[in-house]
This record gives sequence, structure tokens and C-alpha cells, in this order.
Amino acid sequence: MTETRYIKAINEALHEEMTRDENVVIIGEDVGAPGGAFGGTRGLLQAFGDKRVKDTPISESAIVGLALGAAMKGLRPVVEVMFADFLPVCMDQIVNQIAKTRFMFGGQFAAPLVIRAPGGAGLNAGPQHSQSLEAWFAHIPGLKVVMPATPADAKGLLKSAIRDNDPVLVLEHKALYASSGDVPAGEYLVPIGKADVRRTGKHVTIVTLSRMVLDSLEAAETLAAQGIDVEVIDLRSISPLDRQAIFSSVEKTSRLVIAHEAVKSFGIGAEISAMVSEEMIDVLDAPILRVGAPFSPVPFSQEREYLPNAADIVRAVEKVMNY
Amino acid sequence: MTKPKDPAISAAIPNDDGLMDLHHSMLRVRLVEEKLLQVFADGKIPGFIHVSIGQEAVATGVCSCLTPADTIFTTHRGHGHTLAKGMELKPFMAEIFGRANGACHGNSGSMHVASAEAGVGGANGIVGAGLPISLGSAFGTAFKGEDSVTVVFFGDGASNQGTFHESLNLAALWNLPLVFVCENNGWAQFSAQKAYMKIDSIARRADGYGMPGVLVDGDDVLKVRDGMRQALARARAGDGPTLLECKTYRWFGHYAGDPQKYRPAANVEQARTVDCIANFEKFLIEQGLAGRQQLDDVDARLRVEIDEAIAYAEASPAAPKGQYLNDVYA
Ligand SMILES: Cc1ncc(C[n+]2csc(CCOP(=O)(O)OP(=O)(O)O)c2C)c(N)n1
Repeated sequence: MTETRYIKAINEALHEEMTRDENVVIIGEDVGAPGGAFGGTRGLLQAFGDKRVKDTPISESAIVGLALGAAMKGLRPVVEVMFADFLPVCMDQIVNQIAKTRFMFGGQFAAPLVIRAPGGAGLNAGPQHSQSLEAWFAHIPGLKVVMPATPADAKGLLKSAIRDNDPVLVLEHKALYASSGDVPAGEYLVPIGKADVRRTGKHVTIVTLSRMVLDSLEAAETLAAQGIDVEVIDLRSISPLDRQAIFSSVEKTSRLVIAHEAVKSFGIGAEISAMVSEEMIDVLDAPILRVGAPFSPVPFSQEREYLPNAADIVRAVEKVMNY
Repeated sequence: MTKPKDPAISAAIPNDDGLMDLHHSMLRVRLVEEKLLQVFADGKIPGFIHVSIGQEAVATGVCSCLTPADTIFTTHRGHGHTLAKGMELKPFMAEIFGRANGACHGNSGSMHVASAEAGVGGANGIVGAGLPISLGSAFGTAFKGEDSVTVVFFGDGASNQGTFHESLNLAALWNLPLVFVCENNGWAQFSAQKAYMKIDSIARRADGYGMPGVLVDGDDVLKVRDGMRQALARARAGDGPTLLECKTYRWFGHYAGDPQKYRPAANVEQARTVDCIANFEKFLIEQGLAGRQQLDDVDARLRVEIDEAIAYAEASPAAPKGQYLNDVYA
């Protein structure tokens, strides 16, 4: 274990996977000598050369589509899209092509590729550079979507994503890039589709992901001081969703709060809430509450006010407890 | 591609008015952005900003030909275009500071400043996204029988987006009153142009879509203006769009604070010896059109105006609680 920054953990994963498998190639804007807009691909060009680390023009549709074709030819492309907000620029390739290749062609072709893209707010980057769009992609059969909250998961999930035989969208959080935590050196895989219980508790379950894991853990501390014992589940994978982890926790606590940074309406919280209601309505002692952002684009100057935070989670848990 | 007509500056000057306006406009953009870099470094502006220092001749040369009825669409590096088009400085500054009285209510910041009044259809955070929108603007004014023209600014990097190619084709096909202004500053973020395209001149691409492509020296405001006048004449006459490429250089980093490890400082220093404003001042003085003192007075007046706008922005109130919910729907 070494204390490593989130972005460094991503970089480590890429180094290790490129070393392990010569079919892993890196594709994206400024991923070569500059090492990526946020430093994720730093040193890869020097280590592996420009045959495997491909700087591209600003052409998101072309580069994401190219990754699909290359994957069909046996490569393992890892595409970097500089901000998750630019995924809509190449949405056809992702949704109509990449996600459906295996299905439409009866399994004759596969799309084992990874798209890395930083989402989330926190840098006052404004409406077109701050969004959390995971629900869009989780809604598409054929795609896998993961969202690491810690440096260790950033490494372990990315390594698993590169080895996965299906397309995986890795939504990193740009406000977490500078955060650090213990990361196992060398081979370390986090299975896709497995949530992590980040804190055990018996009164309320908080299901959360990405940056909101930190807010949820902070809220749990505050609530512990009031005698409320919170269990925090970090989803890590949005699709496939670890339904069992959620069910087991709610079985124990009978209360559920879901916290995400994305706009609350039509978010993944709605899916989880519906799923738990369908499966275990008899177990619930209170309505399921969601914490998410207001129904507005991410504002530039009022970002802090706009974003859901630990205090919002505390309020939701209190409400569930007082029901 | 058609060769630009050399404007033969000296012959054009004596009867030509507006030269002092060109100077004023370029210097205003430069001084505003220098000030922005300073206040940004002081931590007074949230988020990030992209400046166009060194490229002022493009913004000014193009916008000096336009009327308030004409519309421009710009990019993340849009301060210059926006101000040269005539946006008031105070709401511009207040937006960049994220204040309630900013042009976009503080919702958007530097990357999305817009002014309906001044005909600025908005800066844009998505590279290449302005081009399709400009098509519709040109279509809309033509549809209504207005004789105004739309201009879309974009970078060399943006010319590799599908939107560029789709838009040029459609604009040519429909003869839209539109001017595509490619501000080629040689860089897209951390990469030099040769790293992402095989050709030197983006204007050459026009040929493939059936419109004139004109390459001008983007560091010479008169050459830009001349190229723009010809493009506008075509558009206003109903002869369709032009691709006008203005070759210039990005003096500063991609964003304010960019350490620029990807390019040697010496190259930047070298490029900065071609200064559109200093050259134009020299020209004005040599031609006897302005004296040094006169130009310095312009500079001094601009600094006062800019300081006032900064003070205004700083004194402006923050957006009221929940303001972001007000602009989502009608
Ligand atoms: C669709 C999209 N891809 C990538 C980016 C990130 N990005 C912002 S500006 C920029 C470079 C743009 O270069 P150019 O078009 O030449 O304009 P310049 O910055 O030189 O003015 C990049 C890659 C973006 N904002 N949008």
C-alpha cells in the first residue's frame, strides 16, 4: 500500500495494463507528450511509444468510433474523452454502435474498449464542463458504467475495465483527481459490478457513488454523534448494479437514502429507489429519500450552493429516522 | 482557394476612416485581457479563462465590418470577439466575475458570455459547437428577409470536428449569408497544428465544399478587414458563405495558469515579436495618421474604463440564492 493520488492511480493502472497486454492502446486528445489534460496518461508515450499512444485531433466521434473498429480487430483501446460533457458529442458511436455491436451481430464481434472521462463539478467550470451524466449511459443495455470514488478503486476498476470483454465507461471525478488514499502496488483488480460497504451501520443505509461517497461518510460521522448508525454503500459500478449489496444492507437497516451529485430527477437514485420498493416494500420502515442536484444545469458562480453536500444527506437521514 | 487580394495598405488609407477605431478596439481587448489575467491570478475569478492576447487583429478586423444587426458566434476564447462586436464592458465583466448583474446572471462565466443586444450569440465551451448554430442564425435572418449576416469564429483545432465539415457543406449548398472565420493561432490546447492535421492552411478545405477559402495574415488588422469586407460583400449579395482563415499565434497558454511545458519559451518570444497592435501603431505614426501622444491618450482612457468595469464587477452582488433555477425554462 502506498499513499497515491487518484489521478496517479489511474496512470499506474494504464502503465500496468499496457505492460501486461501489448494490445492495449491509448487514444485521445493531448494524451501523448502532454500526458492528458489532467495528467492521466503522463509518461505513457515515453514508455510505450507513439504506436500505442495516439494523440488525436479534436474529433470525438472519430476517435470513439475508431476505438470500436480497433476493438473489433483485437485491440484493447482506452480512449480518453477530456470531459464527460463531451461524450454527447460522440453519442451515436457510444449508444448506437459501441453498446450494440455484440448484440446486433450475434456475438460475432465484441467491443472490449474503455472510455475514460471526468465528470462532476467542483471547479466552477460552468454548465458545459461539470455535468454528471451517468444515468444516461446506465440506461443503455450493452454498456458498463463505473465511477470510482477512491484512488484504489480508480486503479482497480480501470484495470478490470481494460480486461473486460465489453465496453466500459469509466467516469472519473475531476474534483477527486487531487485526492489521495492507499493504493495497493502492482496487480490490483476491483471487480466490475461489486459495491463496497464503506462503513457498516444498523439504522440507515446510504447508497452513494463517486464524490458523494466522501460527503456521505462525513454525514455518517455527524449522524454518529447523534446516535444514528449509518451504513454507507459505495456503488463503484452503476451498470451492472450490485443489487444484492443494496438488498442485504436494507434488509438490515430498513431505511434507505440515495445520494448522488447528478440532477435528482430521473437519476440513478430513482432506479434504485424503484428497485428496492419493488423487491422489499415490506421491509421498509420509512419512505426512500433521494439527495441530488436541483433541476438546473450546473451554474458557474453558485456551484457550491447548487451541489448536494453532507448537510443535505444529514437532513435526509434525519427525516428518514424521524418518520 | 482564391488568393487574397493584397490590400496595398498605403493606397487604401487616405480615404479610409475608422483606423483609430481599429486601434481603439484592439487595444481595448488587449488591456481587458491583461487585466483579466491579473485578477484571475489574484484569485478573484472562479473557474478558468482563456485569453486571446496577440490575436486582437482578428477580432477587430472582422467585427469592425459588422453592424449591431449582424450576429457572431464565438468560442471558449471569445472575449476579444465579444468586445469587438460591441458588448458593454460592465455586464461582460460582471459575468466573468459571476455576479447577479452579469450578462448571463452569473450562471455561465467567461466561457459562455453572450449579448443579444450586441449581436453576440454566445461563447461556447464545446469545440466546434458554434458552427451548426451559426447556420441556423444565417438561415433565420435570410428566411425573414433581413440583410444581416452571421459570422462564426472557431479555432484551427475545431476545424477537425465533424460539425465544421457538416456546416460548411450545408452553408454552401443553401447559399447562406454566413462567414466562417477560422482563427488559426497554431495551437489546439497543448498541441501544435502539425500534430493534428496534414495541411497548413485550413482555407484550402473550403474548396471541397464549394465556397471560397481565403487565407489572410491574422496579425494585420487591415488585411483581416479587407478579407472580411470581401466575404461580407458576397454574403450580403446573396452569393453565399466564405471561409476566412486568419493566421495568428497564441501568445499565452491554453488557459490562464497553463505552465506550457509543451512549447519552448523562445518560440513564444519569437512569435510575440509580431505584435498586431505595436505594428499598427507604428503604421499609424509613420503615415502621419496619429501621434504617439494621441495613442497613449487612448491607452490611458481605456485603462480608466477597464478599472471602472472591474470595480463595478467586484462591487456587484452575488447571484441571489437559487438564481440558477430561474433561467432553465421560459
Ligand atoms: C468537444 C470538445 N472537445 C475538447 C474540448 C477541450 N478543448 C477546449 S479548447 C480546446 C482546443 C481548441 O483549439 P482551437 O479550436 O484551435 O481553439 P483555440 O483554443 O486555439 O482558440 C480543446 C481541445 C472541448 N472544449 N470540447
